[in-house]
Amino acid sequence: MKNFVLIPLLFAVVTASFQAVAEAQIATLRKGTPLDQQQADPDQLQPYSDRDVKQPRAYPMQPPVIPHKIENYQVDLNVNKCLSCHARSRTEESQAPMVSVTHFMDRDGNFLADVSPRRYFCNQCHVPQIERKPLLENQFKDVKAVLNEAD
Amino acid sequence: MIELLKRYLRRARQPSIHYSLGFLTLGGFVMGIIFWGGFNTALEATNTETFCISCHEMEDNVYMELQSTVHFSNGSGVRATCPDCHVPHEWTYKIARKTQASKEVWGKIFGTINTRDKFLDKRLELAQHEWARLKANDSLECRNCHDFDYMDFTQQGKRARDQHSSALASGEKTCIDCHKGIAHRLPNMAGVEGF
Repeated sequence: MKNFVLIPLLFAVVTASFQAVAEAQIATLRKGTPLDQQQADPDQLQPYSDRDVKQPRAYPMQPPVIPHKIENYQVDLNVNKCLSCHARSRTEESQAPMVSVTHFMDRDGNFLADVSPRRYFCNQCHVPQIERKPLLENQFKDVKAVLNEAD
Repeated sequence: MIELLKRYLRRARQPSIHYSLGFLTLGGFVMGIIFWGGFNTALEATNTETFCISCHEMEDNVYMELQSTVHFSNGSGVRATCPDCHVPHEWTYKIARKTQASKEVWGKIFGTINTRDKFLDKRLELAQHEWARLKANDSLECRNCHDFDYMDFTQQGKRARDQHSSALASGEKTCIDCHKGIAHRLPNMAGVEGF
């Protein structure tokens, strides 16, 4: 973890923390700007980490985070840019990790020949990372640490 | 009709009676400048983005898509216009491509892609023409700006560095082999190499 903050996790923590605070104090990234308006003074975009070094999973079932930029990757009906490297047939040339075989399974538990349509949109679970300090102190503990404490 | 033509031909082969040699030489020279300049001006006029997107086929489809990409909007404000990538910059090749592009006038007149659906149906074929062209000229239009000799691998990500220092450096691959769909959306890529 450390500087490498899982964005979904951060959001979860932020949301949970704010629920304790009065609603009027809720701070959003858009600083309360209505959705149909442009924010007057938007925050600077943070560059995505592009180190290409695999990150550990914070918990066993965590979808692996993406250690590279995915800006403008096209994932739609026509083409899936992610799979042009991570598909089973492409990994020899790309040397990228193959999409997990669990993704070949449809909702009835049948294994298909290729990625199941329900797993097609990678970004639903896998996200790139930004290297920055957590906005709030994070008390997440790895399950191993928890187990060690219990002993 | 043929009689008339023959008369003009005979006339053209005779020496000038009324005009002086100096007038004809200088006149020819001046007219040459005017015609040649005019030709090049017209050629340059067709080699601008404004000209390209004067057709709704280009403005509504490919130009819209370009705008969200790094070749249109980026930190340094350097951008590529249509002809930067789609027309060779050197004169000979430019003329060749421009001649070839006269087919696009035909397409415009007969409305080959005058609706969004028609465009999407034809998109793969059109894209394949561009990929083939860039493959054949070793991605010349990419390299007009992105010069391999001046690439600093230390500033690239690991994946980019690995590929550029091996496959690209050895000439085994050229830019377009990997960088498809960087300025426009991709058609259905089923069956295309690399997807």
